[in-house]
Amino acid sequence: MKHFHALGLGAVTALGMTALSMLPASAAWQPNKPVEFIVPAGTGGGADQMARTLQGIIAKHDLMPTQLVVINKSGGAGGEGFLDVKSSKGNPHKIVITLSNLFTTPLATGIPFNWKELTPVAMLALDEFVLWVNAQEPYKTAQEYEAAIKAAPDNTFKMGGTGSKQEDQIITVAVEKALGKKLTYIPYKGGGEVAVQLVGGHINSTVNNPIEAVSQWRGDKVRPLCVFDSKQLPYTDKIQGDLSWSSIPTCKSAGLDVEYLMLRGIFMPPGVSEEQVAYFVDLFKKVRETPEWQQLMKDGAFNQTFMAGDEFKAWLDGAEKNHKGLMQEAGFIAGN
Amino acid sequence: MLDNFINLYHGFYIAGDPFNILLMVIGILLGVIIGVLPGLGGANGVAILLPLTFSMSPTSAIILLTCIYWGALFGGAITSVLFNIPGEPWSVATTFDGHPMARSGRAGEALTAAFTSSFVGAFFAIVMITMIAPLVAQFALQFGPAEKFAVYFLAFASFVGMSKEAPAKTIVSMMIGFALAAVGLDMVTGQLRLTFGITELLNGFDFLIAVIGLFGIGEILLTMEEGLEFRGKAAKIDPKVVWKTWKTLPRYWMTSLRSCIIGCWMGITPAGATPASFMAYGIAKRVSKNGKNFGNGEIEGVVAPETAAHAAGTAAMLPMLALGVPGSPTAAVLLGGLLIWGLQPGPMLFVEQAEFVWGLIASMYLGNIVGLILVLTTVPLFASILRIPFSIIAPVILVICAIGAYTVNNNVFDVLMMMVFGVLGYLLKKTNYPLAPLVLAIVLGDSAEEAFRQSLLASGGSLAIFWSNPLVSSIMGIGIVAGLWPLIAHLFSKLRVTAQPA
Amino acid sequence: MEQAHQGAGPKQRAVEVGTALLTLLFGFVVLYGSYLVGVGWGSDGPQAGFFPFYIGLAIAGCSVINLLQALREDGDALFAEWGQLGQVLKVLIPACIYVALVPFLGIYLPSVLLIVVFMTWLGKYGWPLSLAVGFGVPAFFYMTLERWFLIPLPKGPIEAMLGL
Repeated sequence: MKHFHALGLGAVTALGMTALSMLPASAAWQPNKPVEFIVPAGTGGGADQMARTLQGIIAKHDLMPTQLVVINKSGGAGGEGFLDVKSSKGNPHKIVITLSNLFTTPLATGIPFNWKELTPVAMLALDEFVLWVNAQEPYKTAQEYEAAIKAAPDNTFKMGGTGSKQEDQIITVAVEKALGKKLTYIPYKGGGEVAVQLVGGHINSTVNNPIEAVSQWRGDKVRPLCVFDSKQLPYTDKIQGDLSWSSIPTCKSAGLDVEYLMLRGIFMPPGVSEEQVAYFVDLFKKVRETPEWQQLMKDGAFNQTFMAGDEFKAWLDGAEKNHKGLMQEAGFIAGN
Repeated sequence: MLDNFINLYHGFYIAGDPFNILLMVIGILLGVIIGVLPGLGGANGVAILLPLTFSMSPTSAIILLTCIYWGALFGGAITSVLFNIPGEPWSVATTFDGHPMARSGRAGEALTAAFTSSFVGAFFAIVMITMIAPLVAQFALQFGPAEKFAVYFLAFASFVGMSKEAPAKTIVSMMIGFALAAVGLDMVTGQLRLTFGITELLNGFDFLIAVIGLFGIGEILLTMEEGLEFRGKAAKIDPKVVWKTWKTLPRYWMTSLRSCIIGCWMGITPAGATPASFMAYGIAKRVSKNGKNFGNGEIEGVVAPETAAHAAGTAAMLPMLALGVPGSPTAAVLLGGLLIWGLQPGPMLFVEQAEFVWGLIASMYLGNIVGLILVLTTVPLFASILRIPFSIIAPVILVICAIGAYTVNNNVFDVLMMMVFGVLGYLLKKTNYPLAPLVLAIVLGDSAEEAFRQSLLASGGSLAIFWSNPLVSSIMGIGIVAGLWPLIAHLFSKLRVTAQPA
Repeated sequence: MEQAHQGAGPKQRAVEVGTALLTLLFGFVVLYGSYLVGVGWGSDGPQAGFFPFYIGLAIAGCSVINLLQALREDGDALFAEWGQLGQVLKVLIPACIYVALVPFLGIYLPSVLLIVVFMTWLGKYGWPLSLAVGFGVPAFFYMTLERWFLIPLPKGPIEAMLGL
């Protein structure tokens, strides 16, 4: 009888995926061994920092019965990590943090995976992009810098960024289109290195994430010109002199109609149950309430949008189309 | 400058807290274990333990983590000397003379020399940090892609031409290294290359996998061919070996000093510890009067790379704190830690968080002293591992190699690759292809090509960028002289012969 | 290594020729791979295959030199005696089987097997010691890596059954 009962339950779970998704997050499932947290990027980068912060928060507040183990799989612009998750079908003890390479890597390199082959869990936050110049440059506003670019011949100005055919270069191409001038894009390995190259005067501008350049800004070595978002940032703590994140104008208001936000989201392997997904959605909801997470959001001037379920899937769908369009225009699709 | 000493005094007060000293001892011991296991490098160790430190004060946390790093630096030398398996990339050059020493029964001497040199290098770098930190930070900012390429070029130039083997074999060996380094994603164009659609090749060939195979497995195969024993078996375990070695070390003060300077310089220009160790070894080999005997167990060949590697590893902490740019993978992880503890590395750190910075610098002094004492006491213990019969130690080494190869990227495929490299290492060694250029090329090939192409992007394709300012031109100039040195030396000796016909 | 022994075995020359052919083949693979991604000099510097192409060329060129030199070598020198090679194979074959088993059985069980087989067969040690070392070493790594450092090593069906 007991056996029959268990079997019946299994059948219900298998058949009633859609029905279950309507149930509240009862979180009956719990991990019973260490959960691997895949980072499809190298140690020390933005995604890695976020993953290790999450690991620390979860351990400190005892939010999970087992441990969370961070593993970096950065090969092939993160393709290695995504392939690993894709091939771990039905394994609920594995999650992956994503950045824009979720969309850009398969398009730029032809590595075979797509977000639809993974199980979306939740969007934790969106990372902003800011246009930075060296503080010693004469340009005080985005308009002045745009005018200088327009006045000079093509490829006079050098833009530094992280990686090739990824978010930083996509933004650079969009800026080029908006201004009708070519910039020289120089790819570096990591965001911190890009910021230092800007301070050293080896490049003219960057589109660093806030957290990558904030310390140089506080030391008055770099200057933010505008933020690639539809609205100004909400954080009003003073950072440099009287300036705060909220004092940076949007690029659109400065005549540069470019918007870009980067996903910091969590995915699971394909074929996991709704119950297991619900457990992690719930977990990250708890994480968002901790003071440490709030601090990270403030330090990095993140956009704190949180999404899960169908809303998140719809967002992903839109973001994928958007990336495809941008990369097609830029000629970044593999095989071109 | 006086301010610095007052701050440092205060720093010692913080770092000398008994709890912090205890953390140092724990950190060093953990670090040594991490360093001994190949594949589980300092960066990994620090990353893994980072979350455990969130509940500590930032100063205690960084003391624990940096001590793990020092411990890993010390520990990397152990397996290099004993089994020819470098635990860390910068220990590769240590194997060249350290392992031959162990095979001829001088493992204790080699380990003592390695540990002591590590300490000397690190100490020199810390003193430098104490004295001229702000100045040095400015210097590091001068390094754009062109300057970085020049540094890599100099590292190559001072290392090549050192082998006795046929030139065509040296070139093949080095070029295979370059080719392996090129596999995977091309950073500059974002394209995959040389992967032939094989997903396992996405990540390229990790340096450590190649080294564990070529050196570690290759060595086991060679030993088997020569009969079932390590030749170091006859090594006498002498607790006084430390003192005896110390008596001979002052003789090499010139090599030490040179390596300290090379190391500090390479650590600040973010080229790092690995090129520093190769460069110091290459130069010592050329300059030393025992140069011809390098590779056969010359103690100077252990002193030079170890000193430089540790000077570089320590000096790399400075750009991290002052600029927020990591000089090594471990520094990159520590950097992440700083952010989580609410400290922002960068120009303001020295001003706003003086207590933390000087506590850290003081802990570098104390941590290295504690570390040296701890590891020196283990010398007889580690040296006695070689007395274990080969038929027990060989399968254990194989297991350690496999685990090491796996942990580098958490990839089972790497374990297979390690075996392939092992067979290749045996074959190449038996047919007199030098392995060192291959290894150097795998380590630096990627970075050098990247820096070269970034430079060309910046210059719009013009090679003139490598002569565009005094800094880059002088490094390139020294590199060219270093590359042609064997030729120059040859001409000189000819001149001398003709000048004074005996 | 001096090859003073008088015995039978493969000739050094043959192995040298083989190695040179191997590196030549490798050179061609690199050339082909570079050709696939473009070997030219684009508008903004070299393409992805530019450096690998010349690297491949250098490998192929120098391999030919090595090949010619190997052919001119003294034909009598031995690479190794058959007996010595047998010794090498005694390690190599178990090691290869070990490595081949890891993807299927995880790292622990093959490690136990390798150590035990090696010690009893080649070392002629008794079972108690062999089993102690064979289980002790993997257990040590399980404790340090998985428990202390939280690094998961590959595991197979046996570990899954034990719930590790």
